[in-house]
Amino acid sequence: MSDNLILELIEQYLNGDMMPEERVQFELLRKKDASVDSKVVEHKLFIGLMKQYGERIELEKRLNAIHDEIDVHTLKEELMIHPNWIVSMWRHHHSKISVAASIAIFAILSTLFFTGKLNNHDSSLVQLRDEVSRIKTKTDNLDKKTNSFINQAHVKPKITNPGSFRGTGFALSSNGYIATNYHVINNADSIYVQNANGESFHAKVVYTEPQYDLAILQINDASFKDLGNVPYNFKRSFSDLGEGVYTFGYPGGEEVYGPGSLTASTGYSGDTTEYQVSIPVNPGNSGGPLIDDKGNIIGVISAKQTQVAGAAFAKKSAYLLKTIQNIPSDSLSKSLTLSTKNTLAGLSRPQQLKKLKNYVFMVKVY
Amino acid sequence: MNKELKASAPTDSEIVLGILNNSEIVLKRLYTTYFPMILQLIINNNGNEDDAKDIYQEAIIVLYNKIKSGEFELSSKLKTYIYSVCRRLWLKRLSQMNRYGGDIRDFEDHLPVDEELDTHNDRDIQFTKMESALQLLGEPCKTIMEDFYIHNRSMQDICERFGYTNADNAKTQKYKCLQRLKKLFFQQK
Repeated sequence: MSDNLILELIEQYLNGDMMPEERVQFELLRKKDASVDSKVVEHKLFIGLMKQYGERIELEKRLNAIHDEIDVHTLKEELMIHPNWIVSMWRHHHSKISVAASIAIFAILSTLFFTGKLNNHDSSLVQLRDEVSRIKTKTDNLDKKTNSFINQAHVKPKITNPGSFRGTGFALSSNGYIATNYHVINNADSIYVQNANGESFHAKVVYTEPQYDLAILQINDASFKDLGNVPYNFKRSFSDLGEGVYTFGYPGGEEVYGPGSLTASTGYSGDTTEYQVSIPVNPGNSGGPLIDDKGNIIGVISAKQTQVAGAAFAKKSAYLLKTIQNIPSDSLSKSLTLSTKNTLAGLSRPQQLKKLKNYVFMVKVY
Repeated sequence: MNKELKASAPTDSEIVLGILNNSEIVLKRLYTTYFPMILQLIINNNGNEDDAKDIYQEAIIVLYNKIKSGEFELSSKLKTYIYSVCRRLWLKRLSQMNRYGGDIRDFEDHLPVDEELDTHNDRDIQFTKMESALQLLGEPCKTIMEDFYIHNRSMQDICERFGYTNADNAKTQKYKCLQRLKKLFFQQK
């Protein structure tokens, strides 16, 4: 039996076109021959698929026909959720808007470029910078002025620089009383005295006599020991003109010997409390002793401003003694006994100085 | 027209019965009743009206086949069923086009309809295979096959149409065509 015939039989069988006897025969064949059976199943399935295909084509045709009757466009307009006008405008016109914006930006930039506004070396900018630096300079100057003013007003009286306010002082007694100038210790926070060996002692002001520019200090340092007997004494009377005198002090931080002579019995502008001496003195000599050849203290160098070169002034020793007398007794914790014995008399000048050295102090003021 | 149709929205059981009875009127009413809903879904989720037409017709075919196969049970509103199928189909289409942003703007309630889509997918594959097999088959075989198996025309009609002198020749031709079609169909993957 050819495939062609079998297929025809299968089709007849599936379509129900067979006579009852033929049908029974065919079913027997199907049972006997598995290949015929599988052909029947396969054919049935395939025909079914073809029918499905046909139905779907048919259905789609019908649906399309229905669809064509619907006014989709109007429906769409109704159903579309319309975004707000900015979004829709952007959607519809974004290319135009972009082009317009680019042209605008380009135009602005090129205008700026050709008018020189984009140039960094803009003249108005330079002017502005100049202005700023001028103002800065002004402010700096003002600052400097203010600072110096503040320094003058506050810092200087406190005397933070020890170098410019050094003076000299000398011992009055072996237990640590020292005479110096009032202007040396005026406005001092604290006072130190330093001897020729470099030892420093704290000292306090016991008494001042601004009128004579004199001050009495007392060493109140724990490390201080007795000085030993003071080698000079104090002349009560006035000395005569032409007498050889000298001083010893620390004008520059170093001990300096200054020889000279008594040149006038009155001081500056006829001040009778002072001598005029021809000793070269510096401000650091202030408060130093003025000693005559015999080793008597005849005055205290006050080194006030010298109008004439080589001339200095010294307080007369009589006023020093007067000052000592004026000290109230309750400000003296120890007795202030002036020496009356002169051990310098008869010694040569270098030997006098050697002895003297231990009794003359550098006065440091802070 | 639209309003009028909406006013006469058919009931769900009317539709099921109408489809079973091949009622052209019911199919039309079904189609026009729910199309706006799907159009709204698609055009507001990155689609256009042609996408809406495709998706909606596919869903109608799913529903149609389900009713015809006798498996359809009216467990939910027909409206919800159609909407759910369309939604799933559209999501699939969006992800195929890489247009899916992970979110969809919904307008109706929806159900999970995975089973429907699986069945539909199978059918769809068979359909495409058959379509391309017939295309490859060429004339006159294609028309003979369609006329005989799909449109149920008799061999006499076919003989006359194609000018065969006797029915045996036509049968032989039909047999050859069928063999080729089967071959083409099953060769495809």
